[in-house]
Amino acid sequence: MARNNEIPEVNAGSMADIAFLLLIFFLVTATIQTDMGLDRKLPPTDTTPPIHINERNIFRVSLNKNNELFVEDDRMQMQDLKDAAITFLDNGGTMVGNENHCNYCLGERSSSSSDNPNEAIIAFSSDREAAYGTYILVQNELTAAYNMLRNREAQRLFKSDFTEMEKAYFDSKTSAKTKSELKENINQIRSMFPMSLSEAQTNMNF
Amino acid sequence: MKNYRKTKNRFPAISTASLPDIVFMLLFFFMTVTTIKNNTLLVDNNLPNAKEVKKLEKKDRIIEIFVGKPSRELVEVLGTEPRIQLDNKLANVNDVAPYVLSELSKKPDAIRNLVTVSLKVDKDVKVGIVSDIKEELRKVNLLKVNYTTYEGNAFTNIK
Repeated sequence: MARNNEIPEVNAGSMADIAFLLLIFFLVTATIQTDMGLDRKLPPTDTTPPIHINERNIFRVSLNKNNELFVEDDRMQMQDLKDAAITFLDNGGTMVGNENHCNYCLGERSSSSSDNPNEAIIAFSSDREAAYGTYILVQNELTAAYNMLRNREAQRLFKSDFTEMEKAYFDSKTSAKTKSELKENINQIRSMFPMSLSEAQTNMNF
Repeated sequence: MKNYRKTKNRFPAISTASLPDIVFMLLFFFMTVTTIKNNTLLVDNNLPNAKEVKKLEKKDRIIEIFVGKPSRELVEVLGTEPRIQLDNKLANVNDVAPYVLSELSKKPDAIRNLVTVSLKVDKDVKVGIVSDIKEELRKVNLLKVNYTTYEGNAFTNIK
C-alpha cells in the first residue's frame, strides 16, 4: 500500500491542449464540402444533320449584353420566365386522337405553342457580354420550370416529389432494391418531360 | 487508519483524463466530414446563387475549373481581366483541353465516363469566357458540366 501511494499519476492535462491544437489546425485548413450546382450536358461536336423542328416547338430565350431577357423577341421580366416556360412546355397542342396527344398536359392546348413536351425545346442563347450571374439565374428559372412540371407528375403518379426521388436515388444509403424501383419511376417522369435545353452558340451581333 | 484519514482530508482533484478523448472525438469528426483545401485561389471566386441545385457527391469524379478576376494582391500584376485557374496556376483558354485530358488520365478507368467538370465561375464574369471553356470541353468530348453555385435565391445575382 505504501509503495502504491508513491507512484505518481501520469499527468494527462496537457493532452487536451495538444488535441485542441490539432482540432484547431483542422478547422482552419479544412472546408466542409459545399459543392452543388446545376448539371448540364453539352451537345457533342459531331452534330447530325439538323432535323427540321417546327418553330412553335421552340421556345427562344436570349440574354443580351445589358443582361436583359428576351423571350421570343419580346422583353420579359426574370420573374415571369418560369411561368412562361411552364406554359410553353405544358401546352400539349396536339388534338385528342392524334398519336402525339399529351394526355397529362394541363396547358392551354394552343395551336401556336408546343405540340407535346417530348418535342418542346427551349433554346437559350446568351450574348458574350452578359454577366454570368444573370446567365445562372436564367438557367435556374428554366430548371425550376422543368422541376415544377416533373414534381407535379411525380406527385400524381407516385405521391412523391421528383426532386425527392432523385435525391433518394443518388443517396448512398438507399438500398439497391429501392434504387432500381426509383430508377424506373424517375425514367418514366423524365420521359414525360424530357429536359431539352439547347444552348446554341453565343452570338456577338445582338 | 492513519492513511485513510490522510486521503480524506485532501481535496479530490477533478479528473481531466477523459477530456482528451472528447477532443479527439471532435477532431476525428471534423477530419471525416471536411475536405482539405488543396488549392489556393488566385482568382476571385464569388459563385452565383441558384435554387434548383444538385449536390456533387463524389469528389474523385470532379475536375475543377476556376474562373474569375485575379485576386486583389494580383490585380496590379495581372490586371482585372477574368482569368482561368487550372489546378494552382493561371491559364489560357487553350490550356483547358490539355489540362482536363491529363486530369482524366489520372482517374481510374471505371469512372472516366462519369467525370463531371465543375465550373466555378465568379458571378461578375462575362458569359463569353465560359462559353469558350465549354467549347474546349466539347472538343475533347467531356460533356458533363456542372455550373457550381451556392444554394440561395437566384434573384440576388442581379443587382
